[in-house]
Amino acid sequence: MKHYQLVIIGGGSAGLAAAVSAYDNGVSDILILERDKELGGILQQCIHNGFGVHTFKQELSGPGFAERFIDLVNQKHITYKLNAMVIHLNDDKILEYVSPEEGYVVIKAGAIVLAMGCRERTRGAIAVPGYRPSGVWSAGTAQRYLNMEGFMVGKKIFILGSGDIGLIMARRLTLEGAEVKGVAEIMPYSNGLPRNIKQCLEDFDIPLFLSHTITKIDGLDRVSGVTIAQVDASMQPIEGTEKTFDVDTVLFSIGLIPENALSEEANIDMDPKTRGPKVDESYQTSLKGVFACGNVLHVHDLVDFVAEEGSKAGVAAAKYINEKLQSGSVIITIPKEGIGYIVPQRIQAINCDKTVELMFRVRKQYKNVELVIKKDDEVLRVIKKKHLAPAEMEKVILKASDVAECQHSLSIEVVEVAA
Amino acid sequence: MYDVVIIGAGINGGLLAQRLSKFDLKIALLEKDNDVANEATAANSAIIHSGHDPKTGTLKAKLNVRGNHLWEDVCKELSVDFIRNGAFVVAVNDEEKERLKELHEQAQERGVPSRILSREEAIELEPNLSDLVVEALDLPSTAIVSPWEVTIAAVEDAMNHGLELFLHSKVVKIDKKDGYFDVTTAKGVFQAKVVINAAGVYSDEIYAMVSNNSHYQITPRRGEYYVLDRAAKPVVSRTIYPLPSEKGKGVLVVPTIHDNILIGPNSDIISDKEGKDNTAAALAYVKEQVSKTVKNIPMHTIIRTYVGLRPSHLDYDFVIQEADDVKNFINLIGVDSPGLASAPAIAEYVEEIISKMIPLKAKTEPRTPRRPWIILNRMNPQEKQNMFEQDSKFGQMVCRCELVSEGEIIDVIHRNAGARTVKAVKRRVRAGAGRCQGGFCEPRVIAILARELNIKPTQVLLDADDSTILVGETKENLA
Repeated sequence: MKHYQLVIIGGGSAGLAAAVSAYDNGVSDILILERDKELGGILQQCIHNGFGVHTFKQELSGPGFAERFIDLVNQKHITYKLNAMVIHLNDDKILEYVSPEEGYVVIKAGAIVLAMGCRERTRGAIAVPGYRPSGVWSAGTAQRYLNMEGFMVGKKIFILGSGDIGLIMARRLTLEGAEVKGVAEIMPYSNGLPRNIKQCLEDFDIPLFLSHTITKIDGLDRVSGVTIAQVDASMQPIEGTEKTFDVDTVLFSIGLIPENALSEEANIDMDPKTRGPKVDESYQTSLKGVFACGNVLHVHDLVDFVAEEGSKAGVAAAKYINEKLQSGSVIITIPKEGIGYIVPQRIQAINCDKTVELMFRVRKQYKNVELVIKKDDEVLRVIKKKHLAPAEMEKVILKASDVAECQHSLSIEVVEVAA
Repeated sequence: MYDVVIIGAGINGGLLAQRLSKFDLKIALLEKDNDVANEATAANSAIIHSGHDPKTGTLKAKLNVRGNHLWEDVCKELSVDFIRNGAFVVAVNDEEKERLKELHEQAQERGVPSRILSREEAIELEPNLSDLVVEALDLPSTAIVSPWEVTIAAVEDAMNHGLELFLHSKVVKIDKKDGYFDVTTAKGVFQAKVVINAAGVYSDEIYAMVSNNSHYQITPRRGEYYVLDRAAKPVVSRTIYPLPSEKGKGVLVVPTIHDNILIGPNSDIISDKEGKDNTAAALAYVKEQVSKTVKNIPMHTIIRTYVGLRPSHLDYDFVIQEADDVKNFINLIGVDSPGLASAPAIAEYVEEIISKMIPLKAKTEPRTPRRPWIILNRMNPQEKQNMFEQDSKFGQMVCRCELVSEGEIIDVIHRNAGARTVKAVKRRVRAGAGRCQGGFCEPRVIAILARELNIKPTQVLLDADDSTILVGETKENLA
């Protein structure tokens, strides 16, 4: 059985960044396994701009952003395999992959970085009533058809969900000559970036129906129409508010789910809130020597942050391989009132150099509130926030010394401030 | 002149065709759609019931018990999956305990293995039974199959032995001639000595083509279901039934042979034979009902909903007989539940009827068994590598959720009764049947179908003939 010091599962932005940083930190025996026909992951189908503002201080397209990392991987002669899908992973860090060049190969890894990304929630997952004809896709699949395969998916489109992919696709399809009749969002606010609402909907006069959902998809063979209705506070459709649209296509942009079939197969502890592995300050999962970063860990808003996380996981994997990663006393992070999740889920102060970054999302929209960070039930810091939304990942950077003094837990909560 | 023309390539048409292919007969199987197993066969509970439930003295009771005995051998012969996973009927209060006892006695009278379990005994075997469950009737002979896989395999096997399958062949007219029938379809006229009406929800209309006094009327009963993602350890290992009611067997929790869980169905009488739309009310009803029998169901792992139409008619029992007023015309009408469980027994029963109409002479040459589907995901690494060394396409993964390779897909396209659509591929090898519902593999499956069938990607269909997927190339619409 062939052995590699470090195997990276997934050659998207997280995996590539992890490979580069691990290499820069002294690991040379690296293998990247990418299931698609080229490196770059989902970035390759994101031909719009807006990537790289944080990382490269300039606006790049998705493929442009990917190219920066692919060039680094090539310069450093890091080994990668394409069309190579990992199909099994066990808790001895033995994995099986398959590719049309080599067939079925079982290898052993000294360390692993999980960077499999995420998948889209589907129409089926939310059990939308109606028929099940052709013309119903998740927005990302439609994006692949248009931007990589060169095909149009429809001429008259309705989109459910105002996530960024849906918004981007509304513009993309319009530019391609299709008529986008509207976007419905079940929440009273959009889950997309404000710039995408402006540039992808408002600039093209595409209506956004907030607090609306699809109540029926029509068409026995191909979509022939869609009915939407307003929802009440408990998300139930309100009778009498229905609107129907004559469309041949319905796209769903209703959220992303970390792709963790392999992590689960390897019995890695999962966080039901993120649906990714639980990790520590070094992005190490419950399985020693297995690290996770990017959208497989928790779904991000910006690829810049995915790459940044990948970079950090790569550094940590290198530390592990060079036996510099330590085990010390563990504290946990607790998402309290108003907080959906916190990554990392546990922290060993011994591995924190200067700072510790906590990433989290709130459960709903807030205006003029305080984020209260507590160390063992004692207030450590209070941050005033004019605006908080689930669509925007928040970060708090704590001093390593604060964490070192902590006994059992760090918590974050949202506190409403009296006007 | 065909000896036998079978109308409808569902489970009954398919298994009957396979059975009759062992005789020296010229047989045509006519199917209105572009694939076999497309209606009720593709959307039901996929259970081989034990036979405990149908009313005593009915054809349903007789054929279900017999069918349960025959199923395992049918699956073995066709090299398809059969799992005798057993079932519990659960009682959730003392009144239901009485009815459970009656069911137990009914099962015993029919020779169906059964025993009553206390709550404690039942929980030991199925820890996720709801807290309401007070007693369970254990029915260990209950089994599960994939109804469409069996049908596809049966038709393929029959075609390997002379059956002629005609797709896109909706029957529009049947003329009774002197000693034979002219069966007219969109594809031409078929002369037949014997006609079998296995047209499911359309069987009343088919019969009315040859009879002026048909009093049969199919009133489809719609059932809606959820499908849960496959799991290493599904929430239950047996099928869990509530106590049956007038409306049927109630909302079930059913493990599938692919480790998914099905939850459903409800039962609504509808008038539209194409009314295969999910409704919010039924989906809510199913969710509410199932909580009475099973707890800890991971509803966040729903991957799909579907609808099946039971071909029910006005009477309770199956109608499987030569028509009173049309000699050599055999009706299969009202074959709703337990139609699947009874299917091999129905084929046997119909063969008996046919044997009185035309001579059945067994073929003498030895029968080559059907080549099983290639399922790499069930092989060990060395076996998979051996397949890869024969063809590198077994090394190209196409479906990431169900782990299906390009080689497996090509194989099912180029068999008898081969796949022609994205859905047909899904039914045979499961590409697209997993948690991402084709989000990842559909573009790849379209490319493979287009290449193998020598058509354009824009001509590849999802399912029925009007289910175009891609409407054109990009930039086409731009002046």
